[in-house]
Amino acid sequence: MVDAEADISDRWRDLDKLLSRPGNLVGQTFDPSPDLKNDLRQYVKVLVVGAGGLGCELLKDLALSGFQNLEVIDMDRIEVTNLNRQFLFRLQDVGKPKAEVAAKRVMERISGVNIVPHFGRIQDKDLAFYNEFNIIALGLDSIEARSYINDVACSFLEYDSEDNPCEETIKPMVDGGTEGFKGHARVILPGVTPCFECTIWLFPPQTKFPLCTLAETPRTAAHCIEYAHLIKWDEVHGGNAFDADNPDHMQWIYTEAVKRAELFGIPGVTYTLTQGVVKNIIPAIASTNAIISAACALEALKIATGCSKMLSNYLSYNGVEGLHTKVTEFVRDKDCPVCGPGVLIELDTSITLQKFMELLGEHPKLLLSKSSISYQGENLYMQAPPVLEEMTRSNLTLPLFNLMGKVPKGVVNVSGMARKDDKKISCTRKLRVLFKGIDGVTDMDMASGA
Amino acid sequence: MAEPKIKYDRQLRIWGEQGQAALEKASICLLNCGPTGSETLKNLVLGGIGSITVIDGSRVEASDLGNNFMVDDSSIGQSKAKCVCAFLQELNDAVKAKFVEESPDALIETNPSFFSQFTLVIATQLVETSMLKLDRICRRANIMLIFARSYGLTGLVRLSLKEHNVIESKPDHFLDDLRLNHPWPELKRFAETIDLNVTDPVVHKHIPYVVILVKMAEEWASKHDGCLPSTREEKKEFKDLLKARMIAFDEDNYKEAIEAAFKVSTPRGFSSNLRQIIDDSAAEVDSTSSDFWVMVAALKEFIANEGEGEPPLDGSIPDMTSLTEYYVNLQKIYQAKAEADFLAIEQRVRKILKRIGREPDAISKKIIKNFCKNARKLTVCRYRLIEDEFNSPILPELQKYLTDEDYSIAVGFYILLRAADRFATNYNRFPGMFDGEIDEEISRLKTIAVGILSDLGCNGSTLTEDLINEMCRFGAAELHAVAAFIGGIASQEAIKLITKQFVPMSGTFIFNGIDHKSQLLFL
Ligand SMILES: [Zn+2]
Repeated sequence: MVDAEADISDRWRDLDKLLSRPGNLVGQTFDPSPDLKNDLRQYVKVLVVGAGGLGCELLKDLALSGFQNLEVIDMDRIEVTNLNRQFLFRLQDVGKPKAEVAAKRVMERISGVNIVPHFGRIQDKDLAFYNEFNIIALGLDSIEARSYINDVACSFLEYDSEDNPCEETIKPMVDGGTEGFKGHARVILPGVTPCFECTIWLFPPQTKFPLCTLAETPRTAAHCIEYAHLIKWDEVHGGNAFDADNPDHMQWIYTEAVKRAELFGIPGVTYTLTQGVVKNIIPAIASTNAIISAACALEALKIATGCSKMLSNYLSYNGVEGLHTKVTEFVRDKDCPVCGPGVLIELDTSITLQKFMELLGEHPKLLLSKSSISYQGENLYMQAPPVLEEMTRSNLTLPLFNLMGKVPKGVVNVSGMARKDDKKISCTRKLRVLFKGIDGVTDMDMASGA
Repeated sequence: MAEPKIKYDRQLRIWGEQGQAALEKASICLLNCGPTGSETLKNLVLGGIGSITVIDGSRVEASDLGNNFMVDDSSIGQSKAKCVCAFLQELNDAVKAKFVEESPDALIETNPSFFSQFTLVIATQLVETSMLKLDRICRRANIMLIFARSYGLTGLVRLSLKEHNVIESKPDHFLDDLRLNHPWPELKRFAETIDLNVTDPVVHKHIPYVVILVKMAEEWASKHDGCLPSTREEKKEFKDLLKARMIAFDEDNYKEAIEAAFKVSTPRGFSSNLRQIIDDSAAEVDSTSSDFWVMVAALKEFIANEGEGEPPLDGSIPDMTSLTEYYVNLQKIYQAKAEADFLAIEQRVRKILKRIGREPDAISKKIIKNFCKNARKLTVCRYRLIEDEFNSPILPELQKYLTDEDYSIAVGFYILLRAADRFATNYNRFPGMFDGEIDEEISRLKTIAVGILSDLGCNGSTLTEDLINEMCRFGAAELHAVAAFIGGIASQEAIKLITKQFVPMSGTFIFNGIDHKSQLLFL
């Protein structure tokens, strides 16, 4: 298994042309040679986040673009409704972890590739895990998850004294997303191109129906369904929480919605629509996922090798009416709290870690609760697991200034829960802490004078 | 729900059971099963296409393992068509998968009638000579055809069929047909039953905006010699009148009315696109006309007569703030009008069918109803024969592309792909296919490409050295990511053609994998 490849030296014939021949429409770093592919295979590690419609395609596309070291993370298990597009899964795989089956299938077909699966939540991996990768490829369908990974990738970014990003700390991402016949692919180089947060307005929050409409003046089938789902269920079932994956629960919602629709003379309640509304199902097909993932994989290859110019920086695709592709060059938000140099906080040297954490909860740009705090890779306070919490608890009463080794300023990383549109989401933030009354400039002057 | 229905749930929400049934009836022929062809079929097999026939005469070589997921190490030396077919079958056992071990070029040459059995032929990686021949064959046999090609960091997708008619074009954004500026008697009467000055604040904030606008438009017209707001000032004044009617700041119905006020001023009638369709010579029907054109003929008569210049009403209304009772009544009024329009069109369809010597019932009620519901959104696509495009492209367009910076790479690749095929005819290999002699091949390719352009009467100097060099660097490589992109597009276009839903692409799509500024060229 180790080197079945050696016997089949012609395997990468087509890729080799692209990587070993010079050209003028290429990336600045392109250094064509037969070694380039070997370096790609040996040294570059890519994390694929999500093993769904996009993730399956990404794993295949990356493995067949010369990447040899891949890992994939996904917390979901395979469902029957995945099978119309998630081509690495079969009917008999239903119920198994997506990441594990996907990794196994691709390794079975492409000899030489190594894929490590992670069955679990992206929030449960620590920063060191993510820092291992040269490129992170996102195949996700949720804004929260994208936001989280974006936070993580941007947290590695460091700025020099002139506020220019340090190149070796840039963690490139390629991000894809689809809905029906539409999709996007983008390249995020934190500090260089806009991060997910810089252009968060591209994903406006979903409009919900006002509760009074559901309760008093329903007009559409969706209103009747949401009445059953959001109002009637709790009235009848009290403490028993609704579970969208429980077919009995779904059937109950459907029956109640039909009753309500009949009462008001509203047409159109079907079981399929009930599922669609309650689970907020996004239609998804194989072809769009294929297109978007391919664009992302190609960009990953360019990031790793420089073999062509890069997408700068957002490609949108729409196949509804004819075929439309468009490249938009979005610009960074200079004040972005995620990919910028960090939110600046001025503190007295006497402020304890406990007090600092309270300030984070009140800071209007942060609104962070349940914070865990680290400085230069060292945990100052961790909310979980209990062992770590206990070990770091005694730090809470110590001044942050002392915990940071009495430096005049420094960058601390915080992960916690942020309030956003009435919801709490987990996120990580980078903070530039500056201690009052400690003159950093003097130190530097002394150093240069020495 | 049965298992297939669950399996296809996420796509049934897009093209419905009718679209799915069309896919399951369709038979596809694939020419060449390299990565471009294999990936195209993969997407169709997952979606439950009826049957596939894979045509390829080659055997799996080591180089296939580096770009094609449908073959693996154990496939070496075996028929590529057989290996790819076996893997595709594994993806979905509901699909009938067959393969033919024969070179597509030879099949096109020796057995043109072979292609008549299919719904759609997907031809990948064909060179120009075979492409032109196959195009003629399929056009004559009335078989839908898609060309797809991946070549280094470029590639193309081109559809070819005489005509494609779409009833359910399902556009993302479409102005709803509410007839606010010329309500029919029933809508007017309903509006009259509602008093805008009602004192009950709950009722006041639940009068649907459709009623508000119908009444306010009428009031405006009575004070302005029957005219509706048309100038900027008038439109603003009209909105101010609406605002003045609000009795509380939280009246969403009035906010909706103000937002939709422009609908009162939109001109009557219909789009130039639909005008073109009803004026098309195909709308003069005879016994050979398709059902689509028979219905268009009926539509044309309807518009000229009882439609009073409008196509049939589609009958749906958007959700709006309203008492349930008002909303449901409004819905019924719109639906009743749509039903009446449908009956009028149906009668005309039956008469026309009889006149052209067909069974009056030959087109079902359901189909006519669907046609009426989508009358404003009808779309007709026509495609030139590729030979015609190559021999006499639309010159002003070509000139424009050659001098437009946004198009220069795409049109360059369009010409260079043709040039590479001529190179292959002359030298029995693609430029840069083998290492060594690259410089010489660059200059040969350039000579051919400039020749193609000057034969068309264009200046060859617009092709940059960089792009020609790039084409030779590609050396006809079929990169997996590019093939997956091209295959994704080809399969999506296939779905649109087969389901007759949504609008398929026009022109030639040229993939630009350098900076993704791909383009459609209309030549
Ligand atoms: Zn940012």
